[in-house]
Amino acid sequence: MKFLIMGCGRVGSGLARSLADEGHDVTIMDVRQDAFRRLTARFRGNAIIGDGLDSATLQRAGIENADVFVSVTQGDNRNLMAAQVAKHIFKVPRVIARVYDDSRADVFRELGLQTLSSPRFVTSLMRDMIFDESGDTPEDG
Amino acid sequence: MYVIVAGGGRVGFGLSQALLANGDEVLCIEKDAQRCAIVAEDLGSASYQGDCCEVSVLEDAGTGRADVFVAVTGDDADNLIACQVAKARFRVPRTVARINDPRNREIFSVLGVDATVNSTDVIMSQIVQEMPSRPLTQVLSLTGTGRELCQVEVTPDSPLLGQEIRLLALPGDSEIILIVEPDQTVRTQVNGLQLEAGQVVLAITREEQEPALREALTGVAPE
Repeated sequence: MKFLIMGCGRVGSGLARSLADEGHDVTIMDVRQDAFRRLTARFRGNAIIGDGLDSATLQRAGIENADVFVSVTQGDNRNLMAAQVAKHIFKVPRVIARVYDDSRADVFRELGLQTLSSPRFVTSLMRDMIFDESGDTPEDG
Repeated sequence: MYVIVAGGGRVGFGLSQALLANGDEVLCIEKDAQRCAIVAEDLGSASYQGDCCEVSVLEDAGTGRADVFVAVTGDDADNLIACQVAKARFRVPRTVARINDPRNREIFSVLGVDATVNSTDVIMSQIVQEMPSRPLTQVLSLTGTGRELCQVEVTPDSPLLGQEIRLLALPGDSEIILIVEPDQTVRTQVNGLQLEAGQVVLAITREEQEPALREALTGVAPE
């Protein structure tokens, strides 16, 4: 499987490292060179400096052959725009956008885009931990 | 007509003023509190501070009854998402987005934005359209300056062919400001370019320098 990840923050870099460790073909993009410090020296994927909103950069990163595109920059709108370009222009089979604003995530989910709303996800996990009667956190249990 | 203008920068502010003067109902949404305060001094209750991509902000703005939603921030992704939320969630019949990168035009169209406006394109295409095949034409008289904007097509007979623009000995204070290449590429950074036959040159000059400028660029002495 070929993965293309936009945004080399904590989530993007972590995802890239774990997928590459499993032997997948991974390319990660970021506009800032120093973002790649989060990748370890043994990272076996490709790291490309460039703007994922620029189609030429996406092509250079191999989007035409990608099976999965994930956008996890700090900007909701950038993530949503890039994910839609991947899905509708480059026809990537599986596309996921991380979105902080729940309501915005809903709008685009209704439009058929896979979105992960991280505050909602964390809230739900937090509630599970708070109300878990055994007193154990889900990780412990 | 109720028009929501997303973005209170120079374009959004000016557009809101023009629409209000035209008798339309307008709400200009600006994210930045400081900028919004400036806009509000003039627009009053026709301004609103908030993020134009947030559903709750658009709800408060009455987007459901808007006839047109115009997104004119300086960020293409913001403009796209604002228009999409307005259309998908609030069924606004017409969405218009400003695009800053002309290459995004097709993407916006595929993703359902009804119309896009690219300011660079608008200016350039108007200029190119105005270009007849005459050796030197005045495009615009620059009122009060004694100078004019003119355009010339460079011919193979120009004595200056192959020379760098910034080194050209042009008559008086004539200056080349824009070049349209034979393939219609428009170049605004002209200093490092070389003068070539087939280029259309836009220059600032004075009326009395026109003949000399024409001769320099076409090799044809005026009658």
